[in-house]
Amino acid sequence: MDIQVLLLTIVSTTLVYSAPLIFTSIGGVFSEHSGIVNVGLEGMMVMGAFASVVFNLKMGDTFGAATPWLGLLVGGLVGAAFSLIHAVATINLRTDHIISGTVLNLMAPALAVYLTRLIFQGRGQTDILQHPLATATIPGLSSIPVIGPIFFAKTSLAAYLGIIVSIIAWWILSKTRFGLRLRSVGEHPEAADSVGISVYAYRYAGVLISGFLGGIGGAVMAQSITLNFSATTIVGQGFMSLAAMIFGKWHPVGAMGAAVFFGFAQSLAIVGKYIPVIRAMPDVIFTVAPYLITIIVLVAFIGNARMPAADGSTFVKSK
Amino acid sequence: MNETPAIEIHHLVKAFGDFKANDDVSINFYSGQVHALLGENGAGKSTLMNMLSGILRPTSGQILVKGKEVHLHSAKDASALGIGMVHQHFMLVGAFTALENIILGSEPTHAGRLNFKLARKRVEEILSRYDLDVDLDAKVDDISVGMQQRVEIVKVLYRNADVVIFDEPTAVLTPQEIEDLLDIMRKLAGEGKAVLLITHKLQEIRAVADTTTIIRRGKVIGTVKTADKSAEELATMMVGHEVDFKLDKVKHEEGPAILSIKNLNVVDKQKVKRVTDFSLDIHGGEIVGLAGIDGNGQSELVQALTGLITPTSGTITIAGKDTTHATPRQIIRSGVGHIPEDRQRYGLILPMTVIDNMGMMTYTEEPLSKHGILNQPAAVKMTKELTQKFDVRTSSITNTAGSLSGGNQQKLIIAREMSRDPQLLIAMNPTRGLDVGAIEFIHQQILNAREAGRAVLLVSYELDEIKQLADRIAVVHAGKLVATENADDLTEQQIGLLMAGEDLKDKEAVPNAD
Repeated sequence: MDIQVLLLTIVSTTLVYSAPLIFTSIGGVFSEHSGIVNVGLEGMMVMGAFASVVFNLKMGDTFGAATPWLGLLVGGLVGAAFSLIHAVATINLRTDHIISGTVLNLMAPALAVYLTRLIFQGRGQTDILQHPLATATIPGLSSIPVIGPIFFAKTSLAAYLGIIVSIIAWWILSKTRFGLRLRSVGEHPEAADSVGISVYAYRYAGVLISGFLGGIGGAVMAQSITLNFSATTIVGQGFMSLAAMIFGKWHPVGAMGAAVFFGFAQSLAIVGKYIPVIRAMPDVIFTVAPYLITIIVLVAFIGNARMPAADGSTFVKSK
Repeated sequence: MNETPAIEIHHLVKAFGDFKANDDVSINFYSGQVHALLGENGAGKSTLMNMLSGILRPTSGQILVKGKEVHLHSAKDASALGIGMVHQHFMLVGAFTALENIILGSEPTHAGRLNFKLARKRVEEILSRYDLDVDLDAKVDDISVGMQQRVEIVKVLYRNADVVIFDEPTAVLTPQEIEDLLDIMRKLAGEGKAVLLITHKLQEIRAVADTTTIIRRGKVIGTVKTADKSAEELATMMVGHEVDFKLDKVKHEEGPAILSIKNLNVVDKQKVKRVTDFSLDIHGGEIVGLAGIDGNGQSELVQALTGLITPTSGTITIAGKDTTHATPRQIIRSGVGHIPEDRQRYGLILPMTVIDNMGMMTYTEEPLSKHGILNQPAAVKMTKELTQKFDVRTSSITNTAGSLSGGNQQKLIIAREMSRDPQLLIAMNPTRGLDVGAIEFIHQQILNAREAGRAVLLVSYELDEIKQLADRIAVVHAGKLVATENADDLTEQQIGLLMAGEDLKDKEAVPNAD
C-alpha cells in the first residue's frame, strides 16, 4: 500500500469516526458552560441515532439523497426533546446531575429498542439503511495536489460540518451576548441572577443545545458507521465525547480537536491491518484502544482543566 | 428637608413564617446623602436592602421611588428604577474580565456581536468621572479584593443608578482600602446619588454617614443626624444596653513556648505554595493575633497545625512534642483546641445532636466510652454541664447542631474545645458573623484561656478583634510572616500596610492601596 493511499485511508477513517464525537462533545460544552453536567450525552446519542434511522428507513423514498441530512436534523430534534428530561430534573427538580444523566443513559437504549420492536414487527434491530451518510468528494479542494486527495476526496462531510460547527460554537460562546450570559450562569448563577439574567432559561438553552448536538452525533454514528439501529449502535461514544470535552478544556474547538484525536484512535483499529508493524499486534489491542486512551486522557487531564465554576450546581431563585 | 426623597419606605414588613425580619419599617433616603443603616447581625438590615434591590418581596408596606409607589419583582426592576446594590459577597464571575462583569446583563451589541468597544468607552467615562482605578482587561480572579469591589461599584454606576446600596462593604478590606472606599462614597453623594451604607461598624458611620438609622430586631429604633451622636450612644441604641468596649486584660508573666513553628512550608491541593518559611513561637499565657487579608495562607497554616494538611517542610512542635506529621487525633490528644474557620463545615456535624457534637473530640476515651461502647448517660451529663457553663442555648440537647443559631453553634464548639483544657488554643475568626453579645462572651473565653496560662493563636480578618485581644501581633502576607511585634507597638495603619505587603521602613509617604 503506497503512502498516499495509506494517509488517505487514515485521514478519511479518522474523520468518519470522529464526526459523531465532534458534534456530541460540542453539545457537552454548551451544557456544562451553562452549569449542567451532562453525562447523559450517551443516552441523547442513542435517541438521535434511533430517530434518524427510523426517519431514514421510512422517509428515504420521499426525500432521496437529502434523507441522511434531514435524518441529522430529526436526530437532533429528538435528542433535544429527550434532553428536556435532564433539564427538568436538574434545573427545576434539583436532582443530582450525574444521577439524572445516568438515568438517561439507562433509559435511552431500553426505550429505543422497545420502540424498534414496536415499529419493526418485533425485531430488536432495524434493516440496513438505503440512504447512508456516504463519503463525498469536495469539488475544487480535492484537486489541490497532494493535500487535496488526502483530505478532501471521499471524505466525511459530516466531520467537516462538525469542524465548522465547533468554530461557530466558539464564536457564539465568546463573542455574543447569548454566549456571555450562558457562561455567566455556569460560572456564578447568583451573579447572573443579580443582573437580571434568567438562570433557568439559559440553563435550559444549554441543555437543549447539548441534546440537539448529541442527537446529531448519534445520527451521524448510525447513518455513517453502523448503518442500522440496534442496542449496540452507540457503545460509549457519548462518554468518549464527554472525555473529549474535558480533554479540550471545555473549549468547543479544543473539544473538536480532542474528538478528532479519539477518532484517530478508533481509525487505527481499521487502518492498522495495512501497516506492517501494527498489523502484528493482537486485534484486542485495537478494539480496546479508544476506550483505554479515553481513560488515560481523563486521568491525565481532568486534574488540570478548569471546569466552569458552578458546573454541577443547582440554583434556587429567592422569593 | 422638603425635597422628595429618592426612596421612601412606608410601614414595610417582611415575614419569614412567624418571624418578622422587618417589622413596620419606615425610612426616607435623600439624594446627595450618605445614609447609614446600623444594626447587629440579624437585625434585618440586609433583608430591608434585599427588598429595595428586588431580591426579596415585602409581605406588606410600600416602597416609593421619587414619590411614586413601585413593586419590585427582580433585580432588573430595581436596576431600571436606578437602584443598584454593591453586594457583601461580590456578585462577580471570577473567570470573566472586569469589563465583561460590568456589562453582563446590559451588554451593548452590534448585529448579535458584543460591542466591547462601545462598552469600554462608556465604562472608561465612569472610571474617570469618579476617579476609580480598575484594570478592565484583568480577570476578576486575579485582581485585589479592593479592585473587585470597585468593579461592583462601576457595575452599579454603569446601570445609571441614582441610589447605591453598600451591604457591609468593608468586611473584606484593608484599612487603606476602607479609606479609599469611604472617599468613593463621599464622591458619589457629592455627585447627587443617594448612598445607603449597611454596617455594624461605628467608626465607618462616624466617618462618612450624614444620617444614621438604627435597626434592632427588625424595628427602627431611630433616625439621627450622625454628627449629633457619639459612638457610645449609637452603640447603645444598636444593642439596647450599654456596651463596654474595653476588655479586662491583666498583664502577667509569660510561660515557656507551647507552640513552636520552624520554617514551615505548606502547599495546597492545587499545588500552590501557601505558607513560606513560616516561623513563630507562642508562649503560655499569651495571645498571638495573626493579622492578614483573607487568603494569604492563614487557612493553610491552621490546617497544617491541626493536622489537616501535611507540610512540605519545616517542623511544628506543640508542648514539646513534634507534631509535624501527626494525625489530627494525635494533635488533639497532645492538647490542642481548635475553633475552625468554618464552623459549619469543620467545626460541627450539623445533622447530629448537640450531645454527639459535644463528645466529638473525646468519645474514644473514658468516661464517654469504654471498650468501644459509648456511654450515653455520661455524654448527656457532660453536655448538660457544658451547655450550662458556656451558655449554649437550645431547647433540648437532643436537637441537631444545625438547628442552633450561629452564636450558639460557636459557643458549642468553644465549650467542647475549652472543656478539654487545651495547652494551645487555635481560634480562626471565632466571632465572624456573630452579634455583639456572643462576641463579648467568646472574647472573654479566649482571655480566660490566656489567664489560665494557655497559648492562644488568634487568626482573624478583623483587625479590631486582634487589636483588642492580642499581646503580640503577627502579620502574614502571601504566606510569609512579615512582622511580629508587641501589640502596642503597631498602629492600625501600620498593620494595614503590612497586610497589603508594603514595607514599613520607607512608608512615610502616602501608600498605594494596591
